[in-house]
Amino acid sequence: MVHSHASWSLARGVTRGFEEIEYMSRDSDQLEAAARRVRRRIVDAAKRAGVGHIGSALSVADILTVIYGAVLQGDAPDEASRDRFVLSKGHAATALYAALVERGWLTDEDLLGYCADGSILATHPERVIRGVDFSSGSLGHGLSIGTGSALAAAMQGSPRRTYVLLSDAECDSGSTWEAALFAGHHRLSSLTAIVDVNGQQALGYTSDVLDLEPLADKWHAFGWTVLDLDGHSVAALEDALARRNTDRPTVVLARTRLGRGVSFMEGLIKWHYWPLSDEEYKQAVEEIEEGLR
Amino acid sequence: MRRPFVQELVALADADPRIVLLTGDLGYTVLEPFQERFPDRFINAGISEQNMMGMATGLAEAGMRPFVYSIAPFVVLRPYEFFRNGAVLQRLPVCIVGVGGGVDYSHEGGTHFSLEDIAVLRPFETVRIVVPADIDDAVIATRVVAAHEGPSYLRLGKDEQWRMMGPPLSTDLAPRSIREGSDALLLCLGPMVRAGLAAADILADEGYSAGVAVVSSFNAGDDDALADLIASYSHAFTIEAHFRVGALGSRAAEVIAERGLPTSLTRCGFSSELDGRSGSVAWWMDRANMSPAALASQVMGRVS
Repeated sequence: MVHSHASWSLARGVTRGFEEIEYMSRDSDQLEAAARRVRRRIVDAAKRAGVGHIGSALSVADILTVIYGAVLQGDAPDEASRDRFVLSKGHAATALYAALVERGWLTDEDLLGYCADGSILATHPERVIRGVDFSSGSLGHGLSIGTGSALAAAMQGSPRRTYVLLSDAECDSGSTWEAALFAGHHRLSSLTAIVDVNGQQALGYTSDVLDLEPLADKWHAFGWTVLDLDGHSVAALEDALARRNTDRPTVVLARTRLGRGVSFMEGLIKWHYWPLSDEEYKQAVEEIEEGLR
Repeated sequence: MRRPFVQELVALADADPRIVLLTGDLGYTVLEPFQERFPDRFINAGISEQNMMGMATGLAEAGMRPFVYSIAPFVVLRPYEFFRNGAVLQRLPVCIVGVGGGVDYSHEGGTHFSLEDIAVLRPFETVRIVVPADIDDAVIATRVVAAHEGPSYLRLGKDEQWRMMGPPLSTDLAPRSIREGSDALLLCLGPMVRAGLAAADILADEGYSAGVAVVSSFNAGDDDALADLIASYSHAFTIEAHFRVGALGSRAAEVIAERGLPTSLTRCGFSSELDGRSGSVAWWMDRANMSPAALASQVMGRVS
């Protein structure tokens, strides 16, 4: 086998650096208000449909608000040059739908059909939905899709960027590290992974199931730049996602809490699955609305 | 068939900048013509077939045409769910290129055999499956999958010499009748037509008239032509380098049952009970009762 070298690969490059990207700068107050609206839509949709995955969606509400409100470039969801987004933790789809409403690519009326018979809005997202770039739902699949997307941009000479949102438990999956190795080796700098590090997975704490720490060291060892931050700080997220290395992929370890924004859900594993009772729904709405004022 | 495939892919990629080739670190002395001509469109993903197939989804969504190459079981079975949730669920033009369909990697042993690939891909009706019979078919098959707007699977044998010298594969991938007969139909999957023709010769010497036909595709249209072929015989034998369940034999049984055809069926193929022994392709075929002599013997037993 010959060892010719692809021009899109920086595999043997030695450059280091980063650049600020242009983004839709919005002040933190606006983003925080948007994040509360996203949370409200999450609990409303889940209550109407009587389904769970609420805690997982609330965990990434701030991240998705920032991504769709201030980071992703592109005027229309079918524009070829738009940035791409992969919701690898597909079970947080309600957060994605809610953020797409903020973006203007879905409407609140669309959300009324969530989980209805024949609806395209299910608990995991499908590519047929306006604004959804990739179907997802099987954990451990998304980073490889995002890596292919970033590879395509590099091969096509496009400046578009790709963002992948993973759950921390997806770092259990070997395929996540296959993709991390490839993107790190070829220095796919247009790729940014955000890991929702809420420390919990379906049956327990990640530290009890399969301990991921030191997580930053692992990503660093695979050739990624690692940013470790508060995943509920829209300002910190905005700053981190607006910056990228020019010579390697970036991973944002977003430290979060499952169920964030609803006090009785925070940190409790049952809210990975549980639907809301009438009482719980009322309290959740009150707490979120309190934040809205 | 690997070399005509690569040669044709190079020709297609000359005209179509969307074509990219990914390999799971396999294809030594085979893929170089593509790699040398299109270094920017050749990706060695390493031994990470899940990532390779996942990347194909991302590439295809961006408008590219990924061909994902490896030894058949490694590129069909290992990343199967990534193909299912990627190209199939999301309707993207990703082509799996599996080398060594059947037992072509005979001495490499059971890990390298591909005897259930069609069974697991055939249920996806949108996945066009193409099984070239010879090196001439492989060229046309490559063109067909490159032009296909959805997911596809190209199952390549390792023979780089043999030519069927029959009617060429048509772009609609319809079954082809290679030899007319009256006593029995030998319905062969892709390269197994070689054994079918040899069996028909033996049968002719014994005074039997066997028709031979080759099936080179699944999910490429309705089964009307296949049904017509089968219906014109009292006895049909499916001959395939695949487990007896899930591919051509099962398909023929479905056609016969659903259409009420008055044809008996014998499914020749591999048993899934492998025992660790290994040998040449000819040894394997003999063991599976699919040597020309064994096939002829089965036909004579059934017809008389």
